Amino acid sequence: MKVLIPSALRSYTQSAEAEASGSTLGELLVGLDRQYPGIRFRVIDEQHQVRRHIRIFVNGMAANGLSQLLQPSDEVVIVQALSGG
Amino acid sequence: MTTTALLVSTRKGAWIFRADASRTTWAVDGPHFLGQIINHLVLDPRDQLTLLAAAKTGHLGPTIFRSTDWGAHWQEAAQPPAFAKAPEGEIGRVVDHTFWLTPAHRNEPDVWYAGTSPQGLFRSADGGATWAAFSGINDDPQYRAWMGSEKDGTPDGPKLHSIVVDPRDSGHLYFAMSGGGVHESLDGGATWRVLISGLNVVDGYGFDAANPTFHDPHCLRLCPSNPDRLYQQNHCGIYRLDRPAESWVRIGKNMPEEVGDIGFPMTVHPRDDKTAWVFPMDGTEVWPRTSPDGKPAVYATHDGGETWQRQDAGMPKEQAWWTVKRQSMCCDSHDPLGLYFGTTSGELWMSRDEGRNWECIARHLPEIYAVEAAVL
Repeated sequence: MKVLIPSALRSYTQSAEAEASGSTLGELLVGLDRQYPGIRFRVIDEQHQVRRHIRIFVNGMAANGLSQLLQPSDEVVIVQALSGG
Repeated sequence: MTTTALLVSTRKGAWIFRADASRTTWAVDGPHFLGQIINHLVLDPRDQLTLLAAAKTGHLGPTIFRSTDWGAHWQEAAQPPAFAKAPEGEIGRVVDHTFWLTPAHRNEPDVWYAGTSPQGLFRSADGGATWAAFSGINDDPQYRAWMGSEKDGTPDGPKLHSIVVDPRDSGHLYFAMSGGGVHESLDGGATWRVLISGLNVVDGYGFDAANPTFHDPHCLRLCPSNPDRLYQQNHCGIYRLDRPAESWVRIGKNMPEEVGDIGFPMTVHPRDDKTAWVFPMDGTEVWPRTSPDGKPAVYATHDGGETWQRQDAGMPKEQAWWTVKRQSMCCDSHDPLGLYFGTTSGELWMSRDEGRNWECIARHLPEIYAVEAAVL
């Protein structure tokens, strides 16, 4: 499925979009990391939680967690939160 | 011809400044990692080629980058420092950033140590590609109690820092925690002992000075010319320890009373164990941690802390409210020795005559977190 990549992570993908698969959001991110080593840890911490300033949306709705089920037609968007300075 | 390099880490990236042996003109290389928070950029003195950078951004998790060509290309760690996954139902810790990097002993060419925030100690045996936790520190109930909560540390998180390797013995290690005190290992980190005797804790709250949790070492330095001598800038003063003694001596009591002995960084002379420098900051009332009275100065001792001399020639004489963080003051190995510090207001200052005269060599950088010097 299509995954939209924020600018802060494009050093990994070299693109604003990536293709990855998985039956859950957690599996999708593992698959993305296989293609782009290191990308998952920048987004998910060692306690398997989405990092504080990262948001993930599925079909325009905020994801419910890494166990959220996905369909091949879903669109996943990784967003860097509106924070910083 | 020798080259002197300064590795400058900032809140918005890293820069490398290079000069010839005279250290009069500095060429700028950077920014590297523009926009990323670089807490420490360190050269491996064992090959004088490898750089490790501790990086994160405002949004992304922390990582380590490695270069073997002085920053022309960077390779990310395959397994950056990370705490163990907590059992289900328990709240585990998350590395916010790697704060400190130390190359190991010269006989262990691929080994590095890292200290994190919140406090964690890690080791790499493959040049920084993968990092393993010291679970005897990071997950030990006693150490976790001494570390306290995230409310007990500095505003951007409590830190494990000042990882020091005895040049005579690869297994003889020290580290410090803010908070959590100073610790020593004689077996490469398998076991540790507390080293806080003689250190003061904050007055007026009834804190027990025998409890490491109340100790806040800011910067620990070992003298290369005499590895039995350690200096320390602490939240509560400046100290010296001459091993095998166990008790720190507060040499900051000899600083001028109106200046005090509060600060973050400390650096030691590579060839003279009686000479060291500090950058005092205001520790009164609400702890501004700026140059006392807006008049910045380095203070030098040439007798192991018995006396201190003010060194401010070339610095502003008033209205300069500088803060210098614990990793932001260092020296090179020239004779006479060069001293360097970076301010949180983005200025890089140097002295090429051991502190007698100072000049600004860069302005308008982001907030400086660390300055390291290398002579190549």
